[in-house]
Amino acid sequence: MSVDAADIGLRGRVIKLGAVTRFLLRVLRQSLPALRRPRLLVDQIYNAGARSLVIIMLSGLFVGMVLGLQAYDLLARFGSESALGVAAALGLIRELAPVLTALLFAGRAGTALASEIGLMGATDQLTAMEMMAVDPVRYVVAPRFLGGLIAMPLLTGIFDCVGLYGTQLVGVTMMRIPPGTFWSQLVSAVAVRDIREGFIKSVVFGVTCSLVAVYEGYYAEHTAEGVGLATTRTVVTSAVLILMLDYILTAMFL
Amino acid sequence: MNKRAEEAGEPLIDVRDVHYAIGTRAVFSGLNVSIAPGSITAIMGPSGTGKTTLLRLMMGQMRPQSGHISVFGQQVPALERTELYALRQRIGMLFQNGALLTGMSVFDNVAFPVREHARLPEPVLRELVLMKLQAVGLRGAAGLMPSELSGGMARRVALARAIVMDPEVLLYDEPFVGLDPISKGVILRLIQSLNRAMNITSVLVSHDVPEISSIADYTYLIAGGKVVAEGSPKDLEQDGTAVVKQFISGAPDGPVPFHYPAADYFTQLLQR
Repeated sequence: MSVDAADIGLRGRVIKLGAVTRFLLRVLRQSLPALRRPRLLVDQIYNAGARSLVIIMLSGLFVGMVLGLQAYDLLARFGSESALGVAAALGLIRELAPVLTALLFAGRAGTALASEIGLMGATDQLTAMEMMAVDPVRYVVAPRFLGGLIAMPLLTGIFDCVGLYGTQLVGVTMMRIPPGTFWSQLVSAVAVRDIREGFIKSVVFGVTCSLVAVYEGYYAEHTAEGVGLATTRTVVTSAVLILMLDYILTAMFL
Repeated sequence: MNKRAEEAGEPLIDVRDVHYAIGTRAVFSGLNVSIAPGSITAIMGPSGTGKTTLLRLMMGQMRPQSGHISVFGQQVPALERTELYALRQRIGMLFQNGALLTGMSVFDNVAFPVREHARLPEPVLRELVLMKLQAVGLRGAAGLMPSELSGGMARRVALARAIVMDPEVLLYDEPFVGLDPISKGVILRLIQSLNRAMNITSVLVSHDVPEISSIADYTYLIAGGKVVAEGSPKDLEQDGTAVVKQFISGAPDGPVPFHYPAADYFTQLLQR
C-alpha cells in the first residue's frame, strides 16, 4: 500500500469515527424523548431481549457444561475439584457471559436491527417520517438503541445463571461434587466487584452492539445489496469491537 | 421571474434560478417554477430529469448549490431543523410507493402524524382517521396491514395519511405509476376533489400526459435541467417545440434520445 493510500485510509477511518460519534450524540439527545414513550421502548426490549432468550439460554447451558468439564479436568490434576464452582463462576461472570452474550446479541438482534432500519430506509419509510416532521432518529433509532442497551445486561445475567446451572449439572450431577461444597465455595469466592465487572462490560458491549447496528442500518445504501452489506458489517464490526474492548476493560479491572 | 409568477402575483412555492448537481452531473441549471395558491400544478418531464429531486428540494430534504426556494414565504434552504419541521407540518407528501410504515396497521399509519404532533383524545382521533379513510374509500381496510394492500390501495392509504393534518399543500410524487386504469381514475378523482373541497394547493410530479392534462391548471415541462415549456395543458399540446412534441406524443426518439450516449454501434461490435 502506498503512503498516499494509507493516508486516505486513515483519514477515512477518522472521518467515520467522527461521524459515528456525532450520530451517537444525536441518538443520546433523542433518547430522553424516547424514554417518555415506554411502549416503544418495551417493544424494542422485547424484540432485542426476549426474542434472543432461546439462543442465549441454550448457549449459556452448553458453555457452562463445557466449562464444567474442562475446569473439572484441570482442577482434578491438582486435587482441587471442589473449587469447580468458584472457577466456573468467576470465568462466567467476569468474562464469558458478557463477551459471549454480546457476540450472540450482535448475530441475532444486531443483524435484525440493522436490516430492519436499512429496509425502512430503502422503502422510503424514514424519508416519509422526515416529511411528516417526525425525526426518525427519535422515533426509530433511539428506542432501538435503548432497547438493546437495556436488554444486554439482562441477557448477560440470564447467561450467567443458566451457565452456572450447566456447570452444576456437570460438577454435581455427573462428577459427584457435593452440592454444598460447590455452592458454598462459589458464594464465598464471588465478590461484588466481580459482578460489577461483568455488569460494566455488558453495558459497554450493549452500547457498542446497539450503536453499530443502528448506525449501519440508518446509513445503509438503499438497495438490497446495501442492506445485506450493512447487516454483514454489523456482525463483523461488533465482534471485533467487543473483543477489543473486552481486552481493554479486563486490563483496566485487573 | 417566469410567466406564471408574473401572472399569478405572490406564489405559494417559488423556485428561482436553482442550480443543483449530484457530483459532477448537473440536475438543474437555472430552474424556475412557481406554484399559485389553490392550483393543481403539474411538473412533467422524461425519466431522470429530476422531478422527484425538485419535490425534495421544496421540502428541504436536499439543498441546492445556488438559487432560491421559498415556501409560504420562507427560504427553505436557510431553515433550521425545527423550522423545517414546522413548515413540513403544513405540507403533505404522497410518495411513489406510498411509503407506509410496514409495522403498523392502516389505521395507525393514518393516525401516525396526528399522534406525533397533536394530543387528541383517542375517540376524536378515531373519528378523524375514519373520516380520512372514508374520503379515500378505505374505511373498511382500517384493520389491515400494509402487506395486505394492493398498490392502488396503499397509495390511497398514503393519501389519507398525507391529508390527515389538513395540509395547505400536497406534493404528489408519481401518483399514477404502476396503477391499473380503475385505480388511476380513483386517484385522479381524489386529487381533484381534495383540491376543490379542501382548497389544497397540489403539485403533481408525473409523466402520465393524459391524466395530467385532464386535471392540471398549469404544467411545467422540465428537460435538461430547465423548464423547456410551461402553460396550461392545452398550451403544451399546441406547443411546436420539438422536445414538447416528442414528450406529448410519446415518440421514442427525438431531442430526448432513445439511446444512452455510446460509441458507434458497429465500431463497438467489430472491436475485440
